[in-house]
Amino acid sequence: MADKPRVAIFDFTGCEGCELNQLNFEDQLLDILAHVDIVEWREAMDGHADEYDIAFVEGSLSTPDCIQRIHEVRRKAKVLVALGACAVQGGVNAVKNTHPIDEVREEVYGQDKYLFPTLPALPLSSVVKVDYNVRGCPMTQIEFLKVFTSLVMGKEPVEPEHSVCVECKLKENECVFERGMICLGPVIRAGCDAQCPSVGQYCTGCRGLVPEPNLEGMEEILVSHGLSVDEAWKRLELYNANEVEGVRS
Amino acid sequence: MSTNLDINVKHLTRVEGHGNIVVNMKEGVLEKAQLEIVEAPRYFEAMLKGRSFHEAAIITSRICGICSLGHQITSLKTTEQALGLEVSEQTVLLRKLLIHGANLQSNILHAYFLAAPDFLNVGSVFPLVGTHPEVVLRALRMKRLANDIGDVVSGRAVHPITPVPGGFTRIPTAAELLELKRRLVEDMVPDFAATVETLKTLAGAIPAFERDTEYISLRSDDEYAMYDGDICSTDTGRVPDSEYLRMSNEFIVPHSTSKHCKVNRSSYMVGALARWNNNHDKLCDLAKGAAEELGLKPGCTNPYMNTIAQVVECAHCVVDSLAIIDKLLGDGLKDEQPNQEPTRYGTGIGCTEVPRGILYHEYEYDRQGRMVKANCIIPTGQNLENIDDDMKKLVPEIIDKSKEEITLHLEMLVRAYDPCISCSVHMLDVDFIE
Repeated sequence: MADKPRVAIFDFTGCEGCELNQLNFEDQLLDILAHVDIVEWREAMDGHADEYDIAFVEGSLSTPDCIQRIHEVRRKAKVLVALGACAVQGGVNAVKNTHPIDEVREEVYGQDKYLFPTLPALPLSSVVKVDYNVRGCPMTQIEFLKVFTSLVMGKEPVEPEHSVCVECKLKENECVFERGMICLGPVIRAGCDAQCPSVGQYCTGCRGLVPEPNLEGMEEILVSHGLSVDEAWKRLELYNANEVEGVRS
Repeated sequence: MSTNLDINVKHLTRVEGHGNIVVNMKEGVLEKAQLEIVEAPRYFEAMLKGRSFHEAAIITSRICGICSLGHQITSLKTTEQALGLEVSEQTVLLRKLLIHGANLQSNILHAYFLAAPDFLNVGSVFPLVGTHPEVVLRALRMKRLANDIGDVVSGRAVHPITPVPGGFTRIPTAAELLELKRRLVEDMVPDFAATVETLKTLAGAIPAFERDTEYISLRSDDEYAMYDGDICSTDTGRVPDSEYLRMSNEFIVPHSTSKHCKVNRSSYMVGALARWNNNHDKLCDLAKGAAEELGLKPGCTNPYMNTIAQVVECAHCVVDSLAIIDKLLGDGLKDEQPNQEPTRYGTGIGCTEVPRGILYHEYEYDRQGRMVKANCIIPTGQNLENIDDDMKKLVPEIIDKSKEEITLHLEMLVRAYDPCISCSVHMLDVDFIE
């Protein structure tokens, strides 16, 4: 490649944990910097750029200002990558979409609720074309490195479509259900190497649903392991409210 | 001498979250000097409403990636108090170790990556890779080890996995803790000494600015308070954590999606400098020595020195982490299961010192263990009024400088607080009306 790709990093509504995870590549950061020019990254540097080859975008869209800014990023970027659950599927922010928006605003700011504009929390793909996803909450670091390396080498990143259970079985973990807990692994997209079930926690669903998930079947399993129907759907909603709401209603 | 001044920094760089600095002076009269918080509100109360106690810490840790561990530990303490869940001494020790790791990583990130470029007149840490490679490599090494404490003990440094109500889903092995200890002794201790040497050469770049204010932090008889303690003010002394609402007094201002706070004066400060001013007597000798070398004195009223107080505190985190690891290994690690059988359903209050200051959570649960009420008061929100007051005193003092220099001084001031704007915007006192 003649010139190094120009990379820009942006944040919308979210916790900036995905960006922090980029700064947390202590062992690879200098290698990453050797292969790209970072031209804009508000959290880490001063300055703005007029165009870039790759834009990594964290966070969901939840204000009129966000919608305007994401269009601008899209116009200036050759490739746009959504980073993390908020950007890919709305993430925890989208849980607020399950309540009436006026009620939500009033609960927080009381009579001053109209001081601050707000919209339902949306994934980037609902407003602009997204070329690739790095999933997870926070974004899965091994997946970021795969997507980053592919793009720098001019290859097409491939997104896994199988469930977390596949990776969990490959690691020979005891099934989380066998440990007397519940788990969302059967309907959640792999790519994290079953990180949470491997350290005793259940899969909370941060990487989003597999294509064509059997959510009714998942509900049945969760209920047979002790959750109420309402609680089962609440657990599924945690990172995936935008998708789950459509199926449930 | 300029009598008219108009500064508008949109989306200040090298801070967590979105804020604007707006200063306006007309014919020598300061009309406006404030940090506007324009971060999109996230309405975390809507996410918590009706949620199981198993999910409270998972959700609140997503308030902020940088402070995720602090929110998680505070949330767990709050849930445990509300549900009457006892935790073991081993659980408390592992949590204290995690707090040290998170504080180390946050303070190192701020001092080296966010604040230091100002001292060296560059726009980010990236140019320093070429000009000061040994400093950047040292910073990365220190940050890696701090994060590894989180990875080893909690499964993942950002949004930790294994800390749950009542304990941990996985206990680290003795071999993992011994390896952390070896690296703390062999790498972190010398790297800390080198950090102090580097900072000494940059001390002249810290602006001389004093404004006396009220400093609030936790205070404990037993140790340099981080995990728990009484609420302590430099103005009025100690009160129990049940009085947290009186000690924060949130209010809404139109220029900020984050609520502001005040107690005995028009504003107060939380964070490393407040901890230093209240608790310097509880620090270890290594930290006290670093403070002396870096010119940080008790009763310090220069907010720019907050960055120095953060570095001084790193010494305490390292020394106490070693003591905790020795204690855990000496007692023998026990493969405990988390205690998740509630003995009551009610309200709980949790407060913890997180990198940017004192963090409060309060929850109420119903008899199914579902959240009915939540309130969180965030360190950066508590500092916002203090930042505005600092700017109002600072601008007239430096009005003879160029607009660029004034802007830089203001940006450095805001960065010195290490504000975490994502955090500050998201939580609020909430009564869910069924």
